[in-house]
Amino acid sequence: MLKDIFGKKKRYATIPGEQAKQDIPEGLMIKCQSCHKIYYRKEMHKNLGVCPNCDFHHQLNAWERIDSLFDEGTFVEWDKNLISNNPLGFPGYEEKLEKDRKKTGLNEGVVTGTGLIEGERVAFSVMDAGFRMGSMGSVVGEKIARAIERAREEALPYIIFTASGGARMQEGVLSLMQMSKTSIALKRHSEAGNLIISVMTHPTTGGVTASFASLGDYNFAEPRALIGFAGRRIIEQTTRERLPDDFQTAEFLLKHGQLDQVIHRHQMKQTLGTLLKLHRKGASQL
Amino acid sequence: MKHVLEFERPIVHLKEKIAELKEITKDSEIDLDNEIKTLERKLACLEDDVYGHLKPWERVQVARHPERPTTLDYIKYLFTDFMEFHGDRRFGDDAAIVTGIAFYKDRPVTIIGHQRGKNTKENIRRNFGMPHPEGYRKALRHMKQAEKFNRPVICFIDTKGADPGKGSEERGQSEAIARNLMEMGGLKVPIICIVIGEGGSGGALALGVGDKIYMLENSTYSVISPEGAAALLWKDANLAQRAAETMKITAHDLKELAVIDEIIPEPKGGAHRHIEEQAKAIDQVIESSLKELQSLSVEELLEKRWEKYKTIGDYDIKED
Repeated sequence: MLKDIFGKKKRYATIPGEQAKQDIPEGLMIKCQSCHKIYYRKEMHKNLGVCPNCDFHHQLNAWERIDSLFDEGTFVEWDKNLISNNPLGFPGYEEKLEKDRKKTGLNEGVVTGTGLIEGERVAFSVMDAGFRMGSMGSVVGEKIARAIERAREEALPYIIFTASGGARMQEGVLSLMQMSKTSIALKRHSEAGNLIISVMTHPTTGGVTASFASLGDYNFAEPRALIGFAGRRIIEQTTRERLPDDFQTAEFLLKHGQLDQVIHRHQMKQTLGTLLKLHRKGASQL
Repeated sequence: MKHVLEFERPIVHLKEKIAELKEITKDSEIDLDNEIKTLERKLACLEDDVYGHLKPWERVQVARHPERPTTLDYIKYLFTDFMEFHGDRRFGDDAAIVTGIAFYKDRPVTIIGHQRGKNTKENIRRNFGMPHPEGYRKALRHMKQAEKFNRPVICFIDTKGADPGKGSEERGQSEAIARNLMEMGGLKVPIICIVIGEGGSGGALALGVGDKIYMLENSTYSVISPEGAAALLWKDANLAQRAAETMKITAHDLKELAVIDEIIPEPKGGAHRHIEEQAKAIDQVIESSLKELQSLSVEELLEKRWEKYKTIGDYDIKED
């Protein structure tokens, strides 16, 4: 057609040749998602996933997070064997779960357990955004609620690191009800005088933000983490408001009084350790 | 009927025909009594058939019916001496939630409910029943007051969801909802929640943690609207009808999933067809649940509430 002759030149994608592909062994190097600088994976890993150049905090999976916080060899996992059903008979859900189990090596989107942070024993939950986007279904809610209950029984401080797209659609209203389940568990824990610390990591949205993530005695976040209730696109569509660039970032929340602190990942372990010491049972009676 | 839903058209059509025949017999000698009776029998059958087997999407339509009774409508029928109170004492007053106290058969109660408008002007004022953080904080303030004065709390749930806006995010919509879930979980007075229209996600749940959860027969309760689910799962909001079925959002679905206690039956065709009858049905469950809940000690009440939510969910334990 004429249009093809006179029209704009097509844009071609550049496919690296076989030779180029072989130059860099897969997995050896990693590109920063923010500044695009390339680093050795090992170097990035040693830096806890924080870009040495621009300080961007890359997502950590559940076990990387545990390694970054707990005193070596002290973490013991709880309720590892809970697995999801398909309560709504949702088409394709089981396959998706199976795929993510293989991909992450986890049974579900949260790891719970206990261990020592700077010598202080805590009950702990960490969500993994790699498993169904960290969404909360029955198992995620149940594991978190069980961890909180156990924390209450053993009078341990409870710490949760969140990373979640919100409630899991495929489990419908049962996912929604996990918000109340976990929140009531926290209420019971709190009423008994126990400490709750929430650390929101990228991304924490929807039903998770609107339940346990916001219910800490202290609510923290990692730098530049996306934290919000509704999706940015939905807000723009329904309100036709122009949203600031830093909208729903940790810094935005801090500015609006929604967070206690934004904590750099390199200072996380130490900060939590100090905070735990400040809340040691009976510490104020000395 | 001002607003006719698509699936009701055959009924309306038949009703018009009957009216027409009646009109004819009035002015002439022709006796059409038999024909009219036949048609009326047919109408009764048709109504039973249509209204007796509503599909999920049709129930969504009824739940969203512009004439569907709202919180303030039911308050008139169920309570006396209602006094509405305003404001969260922090930022403002949110017209999407009404809060107040009244007598329920000589016993003081706190009433909290989502409030939509019935026309555009009122809907704009009430933000289509989508609360801002200050609405939830106003609700919490009144729950705490109910606790102080040992009054049961009755919540009416009717919202598409919490307001998704810039101001809501700035003022901590998430925290406002989360705080209500947590505090309702430990409130030392009975809480009865009744879904009267749409139960839209966290925005509904923030008034929905209680000792008894009821749903009107044609109301819905879901983690996301059918349109939202369709857009998210299949990238096509037009598949809302299918999503309404897949997502299991009707009162019957929720009863089956063991999320709610009971379904409150609706008059044929929906609550808006006979609000007095509907209010009576609601009255019955309030009366019986208050009787049951007020016989419990605070410890029993809270333990039972926790047990109720603790068991919601569906999972397996894998053998090693």
